[in-house]
Amino acid sequence: MDSVIQRNFDVAVIGAGPAGIAAAVAGAESGARVALLDDNPAPGGQIWRGGSKTSYHSQAKHWLDRLSNSSVSVLSSTSVFYARNGALEAGSDDSLWQILYGKLILATGARELFLPFPGWTLPNVVGAGGLQAIVKSGLPINGKRVVLAGTGPLLLAVAAYLSEHGANVLCICEQASFAQLRAFALTLAAFPGKLVEAAQLRFRSRRAPYIMNAWPVAAFGKDRLQSVQISDNQRCREIECDYLACGFHLVPNLELARALDCRVTNGFVEVNEFQETSQPGIYCAGEPTGIGGLELSIVEGQIGGYAAAGNFNSSKQLLATCARYKKVVNAMKRAFALRPELATLAKPDTLLCRCEDISFEDARKHASWRAAKLHSRCGMGPCQGRVCGAAAEFLFGWTIDSSRPPIFPVRCSSLAATSPPASPAQRHGGSQ
Amino acid sequence: MSETLTVRVNGTPVNVPAGSTVAVAVLLSTGACRTSVSGQPRAPLCGMGTCFECRVEINGRPHRRSCQVICEADMEIKAHG
Repeated sequence: MDSVIQRNFDVAVIGAGPAGIAAAVAGAESGARVALLDDNPAPGGQIWRGGSKTSYHSQAKHWLDRLSNSSVSVLSSTSVFYARNGALEAGSDDSLWQILYGKLILATGARELFLPFPGWTLPNVVGAGGLQAIVKSGLPINGKRVVLAGTGPLLLAVAAYLSEHGANVLCICEQASFAQLRAFALTLAAFPGKLVEAAQLRFRSRRAPYIMNAWPVAAFGKDRLQSVQISDNQRCREIECDYLACGFHLVPNLELARALDCRVTNGFVEVNEFQETSQPGIYCAGEPTGIGGLELSIVEGQIGGYAAAGNFNSSKQLLATCARYKKVVNAMKRAFALRPELATLAKPDTLLCRCEDISFEDARKHASWRAAKLHSRCGMGPCQGRVCGAAAEFLFGWTIDSSRPPIFPVRCSSLAATSPPASPAQRHGGSQ
Repeated sequence: MSETLTVRVNGTPVNVPAGSTVAVAVLLSTGACRTSVSGQPRAPLCGMGTCFECRVEINGRPHRRSCQVICEADMEIKAHG
């Protein structure tokens, strides 16, 4: 297991969601030798998880076919745990890889934002996209009672998907107000396809009431979820259910961009019109540059893929389309801005860090994310703060700006075998 | 996903649709993957490999993210929920 396979590529793409697939295909079709590395068992990312069979997006089949007909070397179930200029260290179940690259494209996608409330650690309290992913991965949901809560267009998509797979979706609780959602719908009017898609999703989930200004207050159960308390801004009611699928929109996966010192501004990776970051030769596409959805991710991926392969003419043809879809980013940010009540749901003893079981109170008393990590172990577990760090940014206004190798937990034998050079902290003589 | 296969979770056989992840096998049996450092049962949260709540032991190897591993026939899974 612990010998390292070294391969050389013109372009390495990290993340095989829509942006990464589009980038890899664009690069390969321009004549570059391209590697596509992905942590998941198969290409598609979250939105196309399970391939075209489980996806309603006609584009899923188009892009997955185009990928399999291309010369791209796809490395699935492969986590990049160390990245530096010119080389990546990555591990799969049975192989260790060192990928030498000329250009790098980060298409690391986004994860759901989870916020703590009493009971949120109970089994069967799961992400909204999380439950959809698990159902796409084989979990029978027929007849199960599901409460969907949180914010963002994903709630509707998940409600539609689960309903059609036999779930009894009891309600969709959207924390945003009617005014926010109306403004969003007006922006979407410039994108008739998106408006039609939203209407179709609502039609497919029509049996579930869609409640605005509503959010989860607490989850109850002994060893697993039994009921959830929902507030609609006037009163609370308790609903018995099998699953609470709950996500508060998306946060970008910035760990690799930060590890590579790409400039991050207001929580997103800064890129030029060709998707190149502040680090020459390192590109970024999709949700890490701004949460803008599927179409924007695909077009950004193509622009970055063509540019990384030196095919700027093809990139340029897509710039106008890209600029148009970028309007969705700000509209989405406004529409699904979180209401302040959501920062007050956790009780002092509600856990914030689920890996190390650090309570809200024990984290809050520190002055910064760094201090909380140092003194309480908050964010120091296997998820490396991916869950509680994003929550702490919203709850306490902390800045989460460090990312240190290994990017993903890795076995000591793998680390030893790849023996990457000194970490940035060691170089700077720092400790954390 | 019409075919099924059998894995064992804590020694008990569990049938899952072919192509299912180990997380599905655990949810269909014990319902919890691991015990937290303060003794609470935990199960998958993110479903996509970032939260590490779904860690189990698979074929003797600990700390595998069950949501990212596809079931194979006769897999031995240990969940400590």
